[in-house]
Amino acid sequence: MAAVDDLQFEEFGDVATSLAANPDATTINIEGPGESPKRPGPPRGSGREEDDELLGNDDSDKTELLAGQKKSSPFWTFEYYQTFFDVDTYQVFDRIKGSLLPIPGKNFVRLYIRSNPDLYGPFWICATLVFAIAISGNLSNFLIHLGEKSYHYVPEFRKVSIAATVIYAYAWLVPFALWGFLLWRNSKVMNIVSYSFLEIVCVYGYSLFIYIPTAILWIIPQKAVRWILVMMALGISGSVLAMTFWPAVREDNRRVALATIVTIVLLHTLLSVGCLAYFFDAPEVDHLPTTAVVPNQTVTAAKSS
Amino acid sequence: MAEAAESPGDPRTTSPRPLFAGLSEISISQDIPVEGEITIPMRSRIREFDSSTLNESVQNTIMRDLKAVGKKFMHVLYPRKSNTLLRDWDLWGPLVLCVTLALMLQRGSADNENDGGPQFAEVFVIIWFGAVTITLNSKLLGGNISFFQSLCVLGYCILPLTVALLVCRLVLLAKPGPINFIVRLFVVIVMFAWSIVASTAFLADSQPPNRKALAIYPVFLFYFVISWMILTFAP
Repeated sequence: MAAVDDLQFEEFGDVATSLAANPDATTINIEGPGESPKRPGPPRGSGREEDDELLGNDDSDKTELLAGQKKSSPFWTFEYYQTFFDVDTYQVFDRIKGSLLPIPGKNFVRLYIRSNPDLYGPFWICATLVFAIAISGNLSNFLIHLGEKSYHYVPEFRKVSIAATVIYAYAWLVPFALWGFLLWRNSKVMNIVSYSFLEIVCVYGYSLFIYIPTAILWIIPQKAVRWILVMMALGISGSVLAMTFWPAVREDNRRVALATIVTIVLLHTLLSVGCLAYFFDAPEVDHLPTTAVVPNQTVTAAKSS
Repeated sequence: MAEAAESPGDPRTTSPRPLFAGLSEISISQDIPVEGEITIPMRSRIREFDSSTLNESVQNTIMRDLKAVGKKFMHVLYPRKSNTLLRDWDLWGPLVLCVTLALMLQRGSADNENDGGPQFAEVFVIIWFGAVTITLNSKLLGGNISFFQSLCVLGYCILPLTVALLVCRLVLLAKPGPINFIVRLFVVIVMFAWSIVASTAFLADSQPPNRKALAIYPVFLFYFVISWMILTFAP
């Protein structure tokens, strides 16, 4: 029978302070679902709406506990993949709305995805974006060159495959690299927040939605309008990405954290500017040579006749 | 008429209590009839299934399949909620339509390689992989339609767009100009709407109710891309 004195709990205090006091102490990281590559996503917890608001970012423990309950099918069955499409229409609309209206302080993943990442959004938003860019580019080139005599319209179908390669590579390879990078940093620094690979893919996929109306509006053949659109789209989707990933790198070395966020935004910029430059011809430049050429031809025709 | 069975051998000499000792006491009374007739149902009952389709003429076989395909075309042109497309699916119609579309849309090899319309293989791949992707999407979302039924419906509903392509080709023989383009645009838009209505009439019921829009949107995108390829066709 234990004495009452033996039943006292030892106070360990905050993790960070105890680590600071004793830097060589061994630490065990029982964090998040991002650790095991075999289980790609944390399960959906039912009725966690209130918990999310209260716990904020610290619900990765609960995610770990609930992990074994949802994805029990092996990866070669059809049911395994059905768990990634377990979304209703209103949920997809909510997530799209969340990507269009970034609220400072609210994390897209915690607020909208809530451990139910889906593949429907990323896949079909990317597919729509591919065709939106290819078709808008074609239409814009047609309208720009409309009056010219020497212009023969071509559908430029080859550009669809190029657009598809670029956009799907961006939507899958960049999240993969980011996930690997975050995993590596997690092993060095204790991080409260970590994301699974599917959640990162989901954020990237939904953040590309703003480019669909942007691509359609890029048909307007004014340079200033196009660049304003680029700035606006970049502002919105860049801020969604930055606000999502800032909590994941905030615990880290200051410079590493800033470099990560800057790289994310830079890659996003590269995608949008690259698409604008490649698929859409510049509006004013092409008009000038033809108006200079045509009077020449009429003059030479008049001379020869 | 059965009689009491006689036990084989003398039970008293083999063992004191043989296994089937009680059998010898059983007798079947004559009140329960155990007689009857065993007959094989005659030709009037069985349909002459197996032998007849082997022996029929080739013309009969082909006409039967053609009639089935033609009936489905009629169902697409006048879409009502019916089960014919789903129940007896076949992929002949989609194949014929896809090959026709791809043959007419492909650019000639004399044109410049980089720009221009799609090649035969590109149209073929877009149609079949598009249909497979939409089917997989609808099944992953929880729809209860079989894989080939969905492919069949999506393939048959390309028929209005094929008609639009034929009309566009005829219109392009006339003088080019904005009126030409407006006519083609109008025809393609009408046929696009017809395709969407036809495929929605067949496919919508098999989706779970709160995910209908998620399953129908890819169909919209699919037919939109095919309509774009038809509209921008320039020989």
